[in-house]
Amino acid sequence: MYSIEKAGQLADKVFQMWVKAPHVAHHAQAGQFVIIRIDEKGERIPLTISAVDGDSFRVIFMTIGKTTTHLAALRTGDHIQDVAGPLGKPSEMHRFGTCVLVGGGVGTASLPIIARALKASGNRVIGIAGARNAGLLILEDEMSKACDELLISTDDGTKGFHGFAADLLKQVMARERVDAVWIIGPAMMMKVTCEVTRPAGIKTFVSLNPVMVDGTGMCGSCRVIVDGETKFACVDGPEFDAHKVDFNMLMGRLRTYQPEEKESLERYNAHICACKGGDHHA
Amino acid sequence: MHDRPIDQRIHDFYEVDGGLTPKEAKIEAERCLQCKKPLCVKGCPVNIDIPAFIREVAAGDFKKAAAIIREQNMLPAICGRVCPQEVQCEGECVLGIKEKPISIGELERFVADTERAHGMVLPQKKASTGRRVAVVGAGPAGLTASAELARMGYHVTLFESLHAAGGVLMYGIPAFRLPKEIVRAEVDAVLSLGVELKLNHLVGRSVTVKELLSYDAVFLGTGAGLPYFMGLPGENLPGVYSANEFLTRVNLMHADRFPVYDTPVKRGSRVVVAGGGNVAMDAARVARRLGGKVTLVYRRREEDLPAREAETLRAKEEGIEFVMCANPVKILGDQVITGVGCVRMEMCDLDQSGRPEPAPIEGSHFTIDADVFIAAIGQGPNPLLISEMPELKRGKRGNVIVDNEFRTSMRKVFAGGDVATGAATVILAMGAAKSAAHAIDRMLREE
Ligand SMILES: Cc1cc2nc3c(=O)[nH]c(=O)nc-3n(C[C@H](O)[C@H](O)[C@H](O)COP(=O)(O)OP(=O)(O)OC[C@H]3O[C@@H](n4cnc5c(N)ncnc54)[C@H](O)[C@@H]3O)c2cc1C
Ligand SMILES: Cc1cc2nc3c(=O)[nH]c(=O)nc-3n(C[C@H](O)[C@H](O)[C@H](O)COP(=O)(O)OP(=O)(O)OC[C@H]3O[C@@H](n4cnc5c(N)ncnc54)[C@H](O)[C@@H]3O)c2cc1C
Ligand code: SF4
Ligand code: SF4
Ligand code: FES
Repeated sequence: MYSIEKAGQLADKVFQMWVKAPHVAHHAQAGQFVIIRIDEKGERIPLTISAVDGDSFRVIFMTIGKTTTHLAALRTGDHIQDVAGPLGKPSEMHRFGTCVLVGGGVGTASLPIIARALKASGNRVIGIAGARNAGLLILEDEMSKACDELLISTDDGTKGFHGFAADLLKQVMARERVDAVWIIGPAMMMKVTCEVTRPAGIKTFVSLNPVMVDGTGMCGSCRVIVDGETKFACVDGPEFDAHKVDFNMLMGRLRTYQPEEKESLERYNAHICACKGGDHHA
Repeated sequence: MHDRPIDQRIHDFYEVDGGLTPKEAKIEAERCLQCKKPLCVKGCPVNIDIPAFIREVAAGDFKKAAAIIREQNMLPAICGRVCPQEVQCEGECVLGIKEKPISIGELERFVADTERAHGMVLPQKKASTGRRVAVVGAGPAGLTASAELARMGYHVTLFESLHAAGGVLMYGIPAFRLPKEIVRAEVDAVLSLGVELKLNHLVGRSVTVKELLSYDAVFLGTGAGLPYFMGLPGENLPGVYSANEFLTRVNLMHADRFPVYDTPVKRGSRVVVAGGGNVAMDAARVARRLGGKVTLVYRRREEDLPAREAETLRAKEEGIEFVMCANPVKILGDQVITGVGCVRMEMCDLDQSGRPEPAPIEGSHFTIDADVFIAAIGQGPNPLLISEMPELKRGKRGNVIVDNEFRTSMRKVFAGGDVATGAATVILAMGAAKSAAHAIDRMLREE
C-alpha cells in the first residue's frame, strides 16, 4: 500500500497527486512512468512521473475513464494498492543546445522534470504549453521556472497565443536555431505537431501512450512501430524518434477497448451515485 | 484423476481435475514397490524422497508424508499439478515398464492439499549467517532459491516486478489447471521462512544493478517472459494478442470477470490460436471459457504437438478445433481483425531436433473467420535486466549462460530457470534454483 500525501485539482478534469513510494522516487528520471493499480479489482494504468520530492513522486492526470475518475476521487491520506516503477527508459539527456518542449493538454505534466534535466545538462530550454482553453492550462508557474522561456497557446484564444502549440513551435523555429524538440500530448497532437520539425530534420521526441498491462516487456500490449520495427513502448520507450513513429497504428490500437471502457465508466458512475462514494466494486 | 463434466467446466475457471480421495490415494500408494534404488527419484529434479512419502500415504500418515515432501520441495501442490510427470518422476518409475507407473504427481498433490487444509508445518531453518542474498523474480525459480537460501540461514530479499508473486504460475497458467489460492498459499509458505518479498520492484529500474550487486550474492530468476510475434501483416490490429497478454489479462487481472474487475479482454466469438505447446492449449481453453469458438492452428502434425498429452486431450474434449499442418500467414481486417489467412504445410526433411521440417504448400491458402487471434509461438528471456548488465554473457537466444554451478560470467551472480534455459518447465526451473542456492551457500562459506 502506498499512501497519497497530497491530492488536488489543477484544472478542469485535471488532477495531481503526490504518492509516497521510495523505490520510485529515489530512482525516477525524466521521461519515466509508473504503473498503478488502485485496489484489488483495479486495472493497471501507466502515468508519467512529473515531479519527485524526497520519498514521494507526483502524477498529473486527466479523468477520462473509470480508473482515472476513481483516482481523482481519492484524497490525501488514502492509499493506492500498487505502484510499480519507475518504468521505461529515461529521456535522452545531453547537451543538445536549444531545446523546445511542447505540451498538449495534460501532456504538459511530463515537461517540467524534462526541462529541469535538460537545463542541468547545459541546454537552453523553451517551453510551449498548449491547451484547448485557459481553463485547461496547467503548471504555468512551474514551467516558467523550469524553462528559460514559456509560451502559451489556447485553441480558443482565451489565454496566450490564439492557435495551436504547433504554430508557436513554427514561430520559435523561424526566430532561432532549435536543436531538439519534445512533443508530449494526445497521439493526434503529436502526429500533427512533429510534422513541423520534420522538414528541418530537427531531432524530435514524442512520448507514446499505448495501452499497457505489465509495463515490463512481458505482454506486448504496448507494441508500437518505430522505423518499421515493432518496439515495446514500456521498455524500449516510451520516448521515441517522432519522425519514425507509425501514429496511425498507435491510434488504431488505442481504440481496442472503447466499448468496454464506456461500460466500465458508466457502471462506476452509476455506483458512485447510488452509494455516495462507498465501495463501487460491490 | 476425476475431471469435471465437460459441459460444466467450459463455463467456469474452477479446477478441471478433482484430485484423489484419501481412499484412492492409499490404494494408489499401496501399489508402489518401495524400490531399494528408486528410479523415480532420479526423475525428480528437486529430489523428493518419493518412496518414503508414498509409504506414509499408504500408512495413512499424511502429515508425515507432507513433511517428507516439504523437506525437498516448497511448492508441492503446484508441482503435483503442473509437472510433466510423464517425462519426470513417473517416466522413470519401474512400474511403467509393464503396467501403469505410480501416479506420483496426483499423490504429491493429494498430500499437499491435505496438509494445506490442516495447516502447514514448515521445515527446519538454520541459524542466521548474517549474509544477504538478492533474488530477482518470484517465479518458481526465484521462490525455490529464496526458500532454500532462507533455510540455510541467509537473509533473502526477493524482488518481483508484478503486484503478485508466482511468475508464470500466477499470470500464465490458468486457474482451471492451477487455482490461484494454491499459488498464494505456497508463496506464503516460502515467505514465512523469513523471505522478504518486495513487489512492484522492477530490478534494473526500481533497484539499480549497482544496488543489486551490493548484496553478498545474487540469483537471477527473471524467466522467459518476452513474447514472440510472428511478424504477420495485420498483427497489430486490435484483437491480436500474444498468449502472454491474453492470459495475463484473464489470470492475473481477472478480465473474465469484467466489469466487476476493471481490466477488459476481447471475448472473441471466433478465436484462432497459433501454436501447439502448453501455452497454446492454455490460451485456447481460456478463450473457450470466455465463450468463443476456438480453432488451434499448428504447423506440424498432431503427433508433434509439444503440449502435454493430457491437456491436448482435454482441449479437444472442450470442443477446441484442431487444424494441424497449417500456418497463419496473414491477419485479415481493416480496423479490427476479421479473419486469419493460413497456408497448409507439408512435412519435409528432418530438422535438427529430428522432427520433419514443415514447409508451406503452394496455392493451399485458406481463411478462418476470427475476431481474436492469439500468437502462442514461444517466449524469449526477459531482456530488461540482463541488458542492463552488459558483462553478463548471453547465448544466441538471449539466455544467460551459466556453468554447472549456475554461476554466470559475473562474480557473485547466479542464474537459473527459464532465463538460463529458455522457456522450459516449472520443475526444471526449481531444480536449477535449488542447485544454485547450494552453490551460493558454498561460495559464501568459502569466502
Ligand atoms: C507511458 C504512459 C504514460 C502516461 N502518462 C499519463 C499521464 O501522466 N497523465 C494522464 O492523464 N494520462 C497518462 N497516460 C494515459 C493513461 O494511462 C490513460 O489515460 C489511463 O489508462 C486511462 O484509464 P481509464 O480507466 O481512466 O480510462 P479508460 O476508459 O480505460 O480508457 C480511456 C483511454 O485511455 C487509454 N488507456 C486505457 N487503458 C489503458 C492502459 N491500461 N494503459 C494505457 N492507456 C490506457 C486508451 O486510449 C483509452 O481509450 C499515460 C499512458 C502511457 C502509456
Ligand atoms: C501459459 C503457460 C503454461 C505453462 N504450463 C506449464 C506446465 O503445465 N508445466 C510446466 O512445468 N511448465 C509450464 N510452463 C512453463 C513454466 O511456467 C516456466 O518454465 C516456469 O514458470 C519458469 O520459471 P522461472 O521462475 O524461471 O520464470 P517465471 O515463471 O517466468 O518467473 C519470472 C518472474 O520474474 C519476474 N521478473 C522478470 N524480470 C524482472 C526484473 N527485472 N525485476 C523483478 N522481477 C522480474 C517476472 O515478473 C516473473 O514473476 C508454462 C508456461 C506458460 C507461459
Ligand atoms: S516435484 Fe514433479 S518431478 Fe518431482 S516428484 Fe513431484 S511431480 Fe514428480
Ligand atoms: S520407481 Fe515407482 S514403484 Fe519404485 S519407488 Fe518409485 S514410485 Fe515406487
Ligand atoms: S505493457 Fe506489456 S510489454 Fe509493454
